[in-house]
Amino acid sequence: MSAKKLGLREKYSKMTRDLSWEPSYQPMEKIYPQTEMEGLKIEDWDKWEDPFRLTMDAYWKYQAEKERKLYAIIEAFAQNNGQLNVTDARYINALKLFLNGVSPLEYAAHRGFAMAGRQLPGVGAQVACQMQSVDELRHVQTQVHTISHYNKYFNGLDDFRHKHDNVWYLSVPKSFFDDAMTAGPFEFITAISFSFEYVLTNLLFMPFMSGAAYNGDMATVTFGFSAQSDEARHMTLGLEVIKFMLEQHPDNVPIVQRWIDKWFWRGYRLLSLVSMMMDYMLPKKVMSWKEAWEMYFVQNGGALFEDLARYGIRMPKYWEQTVAGMDHLSHQTWNTFYTHNHAAAFHTWMPEEDEMQWLASKYPESFDKYYRPRWEHYKKLEEEGKDFSNPSLPMLCQTCQIPMFYTEADDPTTISYRVSEYKGDKYHTCSDGCKDIFDHEPEKYIQAWLPVHQIFQGNCGGGSLEEVLDWYRLNQGVENVKYHLSEDFSNWKKWKGLDPETESDDEPRQVSNG
Amino acid sequence: MQIDIKTADVTPLRQTFKHVQERIGDNKPASRYQEATIALQPEANFHYRPYWDSANELYDKNRTAIVMEDWYAFRDPRQFYYGSWTIARAKQQDSTERNFSFVEQRDLLSLMSDEWRQVVADVLLPLRHVEYGANLNNYYVTSYGYGAAITQLTAFAGMDRLGIAQYLSRIGLILDGNTGELLNQAKEDWLQAERWQSLRRLMEDLLVVEDWFELLVAQTLVLDGLLYPLVYERMDKAVSENGGSSLAMLTEFMSEWFGESKRWVDATLKTAAQESEANREQLQSWINHWLPKVEAALLPVAERVFESEAEDVLEELKTELSVRLKKKCTLELS
Repeated sequence: MSAKKLGLREKYSKMTRDLSWEPSYQPMEKIYPQTEMEGLKIEDWDKWEDPFRLTMDAYWKYQAEKERKLYAIIEAFAQNNGQLNVTDARYINALKLFLNGVSPLEYAAHRGFAMAGRQLPGVGAQVACQMQSVDELRHVQTQVHTISHYNKYFNGLDDFRHKHDNVWYLSVPKSFFDDAMTAGPFEFITAISFSFEYVLTNLLFMPFMSGAAYNGDMATVTFGFSAQSDEARHMTLGLEVIKFMLEQHPDNVPIVQRWIDKWFWRGYRLLSLVSMMMDYMLPKKVMSWKEAWEMYFVQNGGALFEDLARYGIRMPKYWEQTVAGMDHLSHQTWNTFYTHNHAAAFHTWMPEEDEMQWLASKYPESFDKYYRPRWEHYKKLEEEGKDFSNPSLPMLCQTCQIPMFYTEADDPTTISYRVSEYKGDKYHTCSDGCKDIFDHEPEKYIQAWLPVHQIFQGNCGGGSLEEVLDWYRLNQGVENVKYHLSEDFSNWKKWKGLDPETESDDEPRQVSNG
Repeated sequence: MQIDIKTADVTPLRQTFKHVQERIGDNKPASRYQEATIALQPEANFHYRPYWDSANELYDKNRTAIVMEDWYAFRDPRQFYYGSWTIARAKQQDSTERNFSFVEQRDLLSLMSDEWRQVVADVLLPLRHVEYGANLNNYYVTSYGYGAAITQLTAFAGMDRLGIAQYLSRIGLILDGNTGELLNQAKEDWLQAERWQSLRRLMEDLLVVEDWFELLVAQTLVLDGLLYPLVYERMDKAVSENGGSSLAMLTEFMSEWFGESKRWVDATLKTAAQESEANREQLQSWINHWLPKVEAALLPVAERVFESEAEDVLEELKTELSVRLKKKCTLELS
């Protein structure tokens, strides 16, 4: 034959985009009904650059190698009672937050990328989204399998599916993904692939996985390493999709900018859960929230947005407020969970003196001035056997669904709240960022299943706190108490051979920080 | 910190997660498949109606006419979750790779007569577009279906179909010495040649089916249930008898895949059919609706291989499918 042989790139093209065809028996808009709904203009899908060229045979080969290794380590971990090697049973609470709050998001990502992989009309984008979809299924399943062993020995992990759908603070991560998935395919992929995976993943995934490494959790850190190459692929997809949309038509720029603004702020609010995990829940700290935000958002994110400036894209709106808030975010969040521990499926505690010193050194502007006195007060109450707890129901932000406890960016003594009026009703939001998001799509956000409103409307089991907690299926007295009163703590002492009889109740954590 | 685990008394507090325990019974250890599957999909308190389907919730049982008391009544007989699926495929991929290099190194496809090489190129290569359509259809089910027990299977199957489309493309590249000319011709045929138009119309019609369970039945039971035996059993056999036995080495993945995949398809249909008379009637009516269309679409393709015997071959395949349906799914073929 005289024709020229195909190069690698052309060969890959034969394996993917050449598989599709221009339909003639059914109209394109019926096969891909979501293409135009978001107002985005795509002129040429052939301009899509495949961010990674992976055929299925290679995919199976690489992924199976990783799975074999991972499961071998999980098995060995279980066999050797590896859970006893973590720094301290307080660490398990980070896993509780992860399994109840984050793993279900991996499932949501699996379904969301399946939808994008079916609805985006270019094969290159379809294949990338479908691969990510099945990767995300991998992540939720391997996380469940990894944490399954911990679930056999610790409380607060065994009902993560029910809790994710029902418990108040888990509506924060849940509504985040519900929001992205109920949008169109382009907004979804901007929200998750770009704003979340590309800009913020180092602030979600990294702290949990590094936290595992620092705290002797071999099983979870192995999962983390195993998922790293998947994450790298997902991040390249995030950047490609942004550049593709921006290069296709100048009219796309303001739409994409608004999505970036929205999803940056949504993501930042979601990360408040991570901030308290980093600063308070890890017995052995990796870095402070403030250091992480400076490194991964201010520096790395700043460089990224400089690079995107040539497309007419600027830094996400209100990013300055996140910098102003760095000194307060984790402390205010932890305070809320500590005072509402009775309604949470994990344990809280007050930091030890050495941890207070660490916090003071990481937050010289704020910790000793605003938070240490409060913590010392709580500790005193604990010592008197009168643990402080707040039985009232907080007002929630209509957008991010976090209780309205954040303070104004320029004044840590004033609670920040904003009000919008829509069709004669008032809606409250926690910040300028959340208010903007509400005001742009009020019809969407008035639908929010706000946990506190739902309780008051009688949709959560009854009128008393106890009935609501039963409806949450919180194992009361076991899952929802302060750490020093918990079964996790007494079991830990038993398993580690630290005689519980000789431990007095008011000095419970002499065993920690090993 | 060193710990002496010999002295540590570590009795588990529980065997598995609540949503798993509720379905498998108290104090039973759960399998990896069960923990990775049962109740994994969100079920309640969705926040916003989708912009793309404001009549339904984000996850909604009403996107199909099939009604189930429990969407986790479905069980995959292969017990696939991501890990077991990808490890199974990697093994098959490994032997497929060896088969491809064996055939390529010895140039075994050249042993076929030109006439039969042409048959293979004419029939096999346009099917990569069918595989791509099947990929999208499976992903439609994963997107809008209800319950992880089914939707994860179509995610795996969707990726499998992309893999098969890629294996078919490689066969085309072996046949034409890596120029892509045969694949271009095959695409031209798919778009224009009379032989392929009813099948292409069928694929495009499937791409707009709204009820995800109907699509599952039409694609994975009716279409695949006739197409795979036609191509990867009957045609492979005919090609083998005509000097092309090496082709079977290149399509081994496909025939193995079908033998394995029909097990979950059968189990899924059987569970749905046994749930209620209404489900059974609905499934039956979908089968009756799609079967004649599939038959008509496959006939011209079969004729390219079996000429005047094509109708008889399809009749036999229909009988086999009917036996399979009755035995494995408790359903009938009209």
